[in-house]
Amino acid sequence: MGLAKRIIPCLDVENGRVVKGVQFLDIRDAGDPVEVAKRYDEQGADEITFLDITASHHGRETTIHTVEAIAEQVFIPLTVGGGIRTVDDIRNMLNAGADKTAINSAAIYNPEFVKEAAEKFGSQCIVIAIDAKKVSAEGEPNKWEIFTHGGRKPTGIDVIEWAIKMTNYGAGEVLLTSMDQDGVKSGFDIELTRAVSEAVNVPVIASGGVGNLQHLADGITEGKADAVLAASIFHFGEHTVEEAKKHMQEQGIEVRL
Amino acid sequence: MSSKICAVIDYGMGNLHSASKALEHVSNHNTQVLVTSDPDIIRKADHVVLPGVGAMRDCMSEIKRMGVDQVVAEVAKTKPLLGICVGMQALMNHSEENNGVECLKHFDGDVKFFGDNLIESQGTQAGEKLKVPHMGWNQVKQVAHPMWNNIEDNSRFYFVHSYFVDANNKDQIKGHGHYGKDFAAAIGQDNIFAVQFHPEKSHTAGLQLLKNFLEWNGQD
Repeated sequence: MGLAKRIIPCLDVENGRVVKGVQFLDIRDAGDPVEVAKRYDEQGADEITFLDITASHHGRETTIHTVEAIAEQVFIPLTVGGGIRTVDDIRNMLNAGADKTAINSAAIYNPEFVKEAAEKFGSQCIVIAIDAKKVSAEGEPNKWEIFTHGGRKPTGIDVIEWAIKMTNYGAGEVLLTSMDQDGVKSGFDIELTRAVSEAVNVPVIASGGVGNLQHLADGITEGKADAVLAASIFHFGEHTVEEAKKHMQEQGIEVRL
Repeated sequence: MSSKICAVIDYGMGNLHSASKALEHVSNHNTQVLVTSDPDIIRKADHVVLPGVGAMRDCMSEIKRMGVDQVVAEVAKTKPLLGICVGMQALMNHSEENNGVECLKHFDGDVKFFGDNLIESQGTQAGEKLKVPHMGWNQVKQVAHPMWNNIEDNSRFYFVHSYFVDANNKDQIKGHGHYGKDFAAAIGQDNIFAVQFHPEKSHTAGLQLLKNFLEWNGQD
C-alpha cells in the first residue's frame, strides 16, 4: 500500500486540435482534444496535461472552451499549460475547470509571478514547467540549461538551481521536459530527471522522449520521477495507458489499475 | 418539480467548478447543485458540501468573515454534510498550517504537517524519503459506512495535501490513509462525513462516493 506513480498523457493542442510534433517541427493531427481526453480517462490515465501551443488570441478562447468541455466529462486532475502569463490567465483556466496550471516562460521573465500565483491560488495548482537542454560536453560534469521558444533560445539559467528556486517560491510540482529528447523516442534524459527529482521536495513529472513502455518504467525506477508524461505513444494507438501501467506494475512499480 | 438541492459552500477560496460539475454528473437531474455563499440557500439545501483549497488561515478567515462557520454549525446538526480536503481539515480543532490556526472544532483532533523530512515507515518503500505534498492516487482502507457503498475497499483516490488530520477519537475515522505515517483519510460522525482526498477528481470511485452522498440520509 502506497502512493501510485502516475502516468500522464499529454495533449499538445493547437487551434482546438491535438497535435504532436517531433522536436516541435513535423506536426501530425491526432484529433479532437475532448475525445482524446475521454479515451485516456477510460484507459485509466491518472491525470491529463493539456499544453496550448496556439499563439493567437482567438485560439486562446478556443482553448478555454475545450478545457470546459473536458472538465465536464473527465473526472481526473487536469493541468493546463502554454501561454500562462498572468494571474488572470490562471483564474480563467481554473474557472474553466483546470486543477493546475503550468507556468513556463512567464516565470523566467518574472520569477515573482510564481510566488504571487502560489500565494493566490495555492501551491497545489502551480506547476513549474522547465524545458531543459544539456550544455555540458562529453566527459564534463552534467549541466543543463533552460531554453525557451521551443528549445531555440538559451537563458543562461541552470536547471537544478531554477527548480530549487521555483519550488521555494511555491510551485507545487515540476514538469521537466528534456528538449534534447523531446520527440526523439529514445527515452527520458534519466540523469536530468534524477538530478532534479533529488534536488527538490515536490513531485517531478518526467517528460520528453518516450518511445516505448520501458522508457516510462525507467523514468520512475532510474530517473526517480513521481510521474511520467507521454504523448505520441498514446496518441497514435501504439499503446494504451492500461498497457503502460501493467508493464510498470510487472517491474514492481506501484500503479493505479 | 420536487428536485432536491445540494449546496456547495462558496467562501471565496477558489475552484469549486470541479466539485459542482462532478456532483451534477452523478445527480441524475433530480438534484440541483448550487454553488453559493447565501446562508438562506444553504439552510434550505438537502445536502451541503464544504470544499476547500489553499491555505488554512485564508480559509478560516473567509469562513468567519462570511458567517459560514455559523451556518455550518447549524447544518452540522441537521443534514448530510460533506467536507472535502481543506473543508475536512476546517472541521477539526486546530491546524499547524500558517503558524497555527483555530478551526471549527466539529471533530476532536488536529491538522499536522507531514514534515520536510518524511520517511516511509513500512512496506517495500521503507526508508525512502517521500515528497511533500502527498500528491496522487493512494489507497483508503474503509471503515463500514454508507458513504462507501459500491466502492471496493482499498480503492485509490486522488490526494493533494501537505497537512493531515490526526483524529483523537479513533471511532470517528471512517477511512485510513498512509503516507509515511497513518492519517485519517475520512472522518465521520452522525450526519457529517469528510474526506482528505478529492472525490471530484477520483474517477469512478470518487464519483460513486459523491453519488452515495446525494443518496445518503445522514445516518451511519
